[in-house]
Amino acid sequence: MQQPAASSPAPVDFEVEPEHYRHWSVAYDGAIARVTMAVDPEGGLREGYELKLNSYDLGVDIELADIVRRMRFEHPEVRVVVLRSGIDRVFCAGANINMLGQSTHAWKVNFCKFTNETRCELEEATGASQQAYVAACNGTTAGGGYELALACEEIYLQDDGNSAVSLPEVPLLGVLPGTGGLTRLVDKRKVRRDRADVFSTTAEGIRGKKAKQWRLVDDVFPRSKFDEKVAVRATALVQRYSKDLPAGERKGVELTALAPEVEGNDRRYRHVALEVDQTARTASLTITGPTADDVAILRRGGEAAQQAGAELWALRAYRELDDALLHLRVNNPTVGLVLVRAKGDAQTVLDHDAALVAARDHWFVREVLLHMGRVLRRMDNTSRSFFALGDRGTAFAGNLLELALAADRFYLLDDSSAPVHVGLGELNEGALPMAHGLTRLQTRLYGEQDTLDGLVGNRALLEPSAADDAGLVTVLLDDIDWDDDVRIAIEERVSLSPDALTGMEQNLRFAGPETPESKIYARLSAWQNWIFIRPNATGPEGALTLYGRPERPSFDWQRV
Amino acid sequence: MTATSTSVDLDAKIPNNVGLSDDPKLQRALEQWLPKYLEWWHDMGPTDFEHMPIFLRTAVSVDRGGWANYDYVKMPDYRWGIFLTPNDSEPTIKCGDDAGTPAWSDVPGEHRNALRRIIVTQADTEPASVEQQRMLGHVAPSLYDLRNLFQVNVEEGRHLWAMVYLLQKYFGRDGRDEAEELLLRRSGDEDKPRILGAFNQPCDHWLSFFAFTMFTDRDGKYQLAALAESGFDPLARSTQFMLTEEAHHLFVGDTGLQRIIKRSAELQQLDPNGDVRAQGGIDFDLIQRTINYWYTYSLDLFGGEISSNASTFFASGLKGRYHETRRYEDHKALTGDYRLPVVENGKVVEKDVPLRTAMNEVLRDAYVADCEKVIGRWNKTLEESGSPTRLTLPSRLFHRHQGIYAGHHFDPQGKLITVEQYEANVHRWLLVPEDNDYLLSIMKPCYEPGKFANWIAPPTKGIEGRPTDFEYVKMHD
Repeated sequence: MQQPAASSPAPVDFEVEPEHYRHWSVAYDGAIARVTMAVDPEGGLREGYELKLNSYDLGVDIELADIVRRMRFEHPEVRVVVLRSGIDRVFCAGANINMLGQSTHAWKVNFCKFTNETRCELEEATGASQQAYVAACNGTTAGGGYELALACEEIYLQDDGNSAVSLPEVPLLGVLPGTGGLTRLVDKRKVRRDRADVFSTTAEGIRGKKAKQWRLVDDVFPRSKFDEKVAVRATALVQRYSKDLPAGERKGVELTALAPEVEGNDRRYRHVALEVDQTARTASLTITGPTADDVAILRRGGEAAQQAGAELWALRAYRELDDALLHLRVNNPTVGLVLVRAKGDAQTVLDHDAALVAARDHWFVREVLLHMGRVLRRMDNTSRSFFALGDRGTAFAGNLLELALAADRFYLLDDSSAPVHVGLGELNEGALPMAHGLTRLQTRLYGEQDTLDGLVGNRALLEPSAADDAGLVTVLLDDIDWDDDVRIAIEERVSLSPDALTGMEQNLRFAGPETPESKIYARLSAWQNWIFIRPNATGPEGALTLYGRPERPSFDWQRV
Repeated sequence: MTATSTSVDLDAKIPNNVGLSDDPKLQRALEQWLPKYLEWWHDMGPTDFEHMPIFLRTAVSVDRGGWANYDYVKMPDYRWGIFLTPNDSEPTIKCGDDAGTPAWSDVPGEHRNALRRIIVTQADTEPASVEQQRMLGHVAPSLYDLRNLFQVNVEEGRHLWAMVYLLQKYFGRDGRDEAEELLLRRSGDEDKPRILGAFNQPCDHWLSFFAFTMFTDRDGKYQLAALAESGFDPLARSTQFMLTEEAHHLFVGDTGLQRIIKRSAELQQLDPNGDVRAQGGIDFDLIQRTINYWYTYSLDLFGGEISSNASTFFASGLKGRYHETRRYEDHKALTGDYRLPVVENGKVVEKDVPLRTAMNEVLRDAYVADCEKVIGRWNKTLEESGSPTRLTLPSRLFHRHQGIYAGHHFDPQGKLITVEQYEANVHRWLLVPEDNDYLLSIMKPCYEPGKFANWIAPPTKGIEGRPTDFEYVKMHD
């Protein structure tokens, strides 16, 4: 097998500008935006496959993610986004099979994770940002194509006797629909599980009225009236999603390029720095907190924040953090442990957060908060060990404390001559939820309700020992022990099996209930990742391996 | 058909060798479908000729004499039957991984969806062509040709029956739903088009009709022949029987065009300037453009040159090659490559692909060779008529809408050209709207026994030993 993630290809860049889109176009018409997918078959991110029939790879999805994000920040006037295909008779054929067939396991997993995050982001826009996505399936809608439609608020299918929605992964490829399809079928669209079973094992899918009866789509329209009917529906939805909009003039904020300084694998942004030590298989991820000036801007209110736009600390720093996390995931596969530091002044961070919360009725501030939440969830879902290191000069308070709570361990220095403060703010208490609906604080103190109750609402800075007593710290070390103990902990961590650690961390990070979103990662993705390495999918006689080849798959019939 | 029909009544009404009178489940399914079929025939068939007795061939049994009974019949009274070619020996799977093992007499669950898709796609073409040809009777060049048109129509109808039988007998409720859908799609309809492209193209006049039966029905012959090698025995036997009827459709197209060519050569010599159109005939450029148009649309019907579906169908034993049993020794075709031209970086280069994935192309090869033989015969006709003109088949890369050449532009010789070059010349290569206008202007009905329109030569002989001036259709009964 060829290995797309091998050393030779250029690192993947997750920043993209609309004028350089290769596969998508967006037309803005007041409150309605039309996003058209017309994938360039020659435009694959890696060699060796053609992106036919609107099939996609990571590069195509990076552009989609960019569209979804810019829609919220740059086009807040948009209430309804119609997603359609620019190719006749094909909406989207899903992830490119040849790309999957030739990819390493790590590449497949990272690809699926990113596409899942994009779909969750798109889905969140409907409820949280009052930007409803409508899938106008003007042709065959297969596999990942239907999963993309499932992430939308409503799905309309062309009724032409031919166009079907389908999830052919199980019968055709011996894998699962990898972007939330199964979960959304039964959890979101409430398709009966027995029908979902029939649907997910019928390669050709279901079309016309039956697709509507089974709730696989919201309605079917004849080909000649399709665009018109979808437009009528979009206009009706504009009304629904225009009610009770947050305050503030809906003037877009441009997401300007981050343009980090790149040196080898290191990336230095304005507020974030990622430094990779390939030999030690560790990375240092440092984020610098807001200044008094940043607080002052926010204290002037939502309009002032909007004027600061992409330069606002809370937006810029978290966009940088997001880019660093993606760079880490895809371009630095052997880095197993990330050492997280939040620098700055704890009280300033808390002041910043308080001002941010005070202005949250403004649409832009709300978007900034939603974005911070998504970036933190990306961190929760990153399959690397995170150790937060609270040594001298760090400020794990407010939104930056979330980084410590997202980390697998939090080491805090207890040096009475220069105490390192930790502090809680309102942002730790609900505005930045995890995928399963709890805050990181609730998750951390899942069995310690009394401790949790004592902490909520406490806005005083905590001395290290108080933070430890409050259950926020994993290991409290004095300055004599710090260097050695931290070094040993790091060396021990990087010696453990990366697979076992990934599984262990994902199990420990999400104590408590599940939501459809958390199920997609915990259940669907985890099973998919297992299936991806099973011989029945990717062995020499596996269905995914042999797809498009002359041989037929041969299965090991043993159920495990 | 009613619940009280005796088996004698039923078998007389629906000639069959599938034990229909002893199969209540199938009877019930057909009972529901039959009125809808007749309604479809009335709405979408050659309705204006329903009351006329036509000298038609009806298959009443699979015996030597049974498949071709000639008599006057009104089309709605035509007895659409269900026949499987008898099978004496133990049938086996003819190709793929399980070649040589016993064939399936029932649908294997593993291949159910693929088989249903194959059958539905084939079945969809049968009513489609009836729809495409429904108005042609009004401009028929002779009673002989009119009768041939209706013979083709009723047999396409019977082929639909044959496929619907398989769907209803072997595919349960899904099969019944699909059988109904076959009557709901419409050729050329924007909302409910037929599945395959060529079956949505208009067929307004007899030049297109002959080209359609020559080229598009010939695709049908090769698809049926490939399905006649299927490991699903009822499908294999059903398509084997259909092939005997399909041969007549090809005959109609082949000789129809040959008679036009012959007549055009005569008119070419008759005219002082060799101008066929001046004599009210069909000029050779127009004939060549028609060939280019229908031949290439028909090439599309074979599917992609490199196809995982084709590979799976072959590997699973669902669809073989042309004369798989007779012509090939290695029925697994697991090793070996197929070389074909592909476009890479703006150039045409030769590429080897695994043989199984090229099975559509292998079948297309047999079709192309067959078409070339017919073109050779037509050129012989031209030679014998003293005409200097020769007709050709365009390259299979030219004017394609399916497969790896779609989206690129080629000239009829198969040279890769720019879109600008293509657009500048396409009117010389393919049918243009003015062609239709001209053809419709010369196509006036000719309903007098023994008379033929000016633009076509009479056939050398009639049907079933009848003379060419026989009253093949009684226009006023």
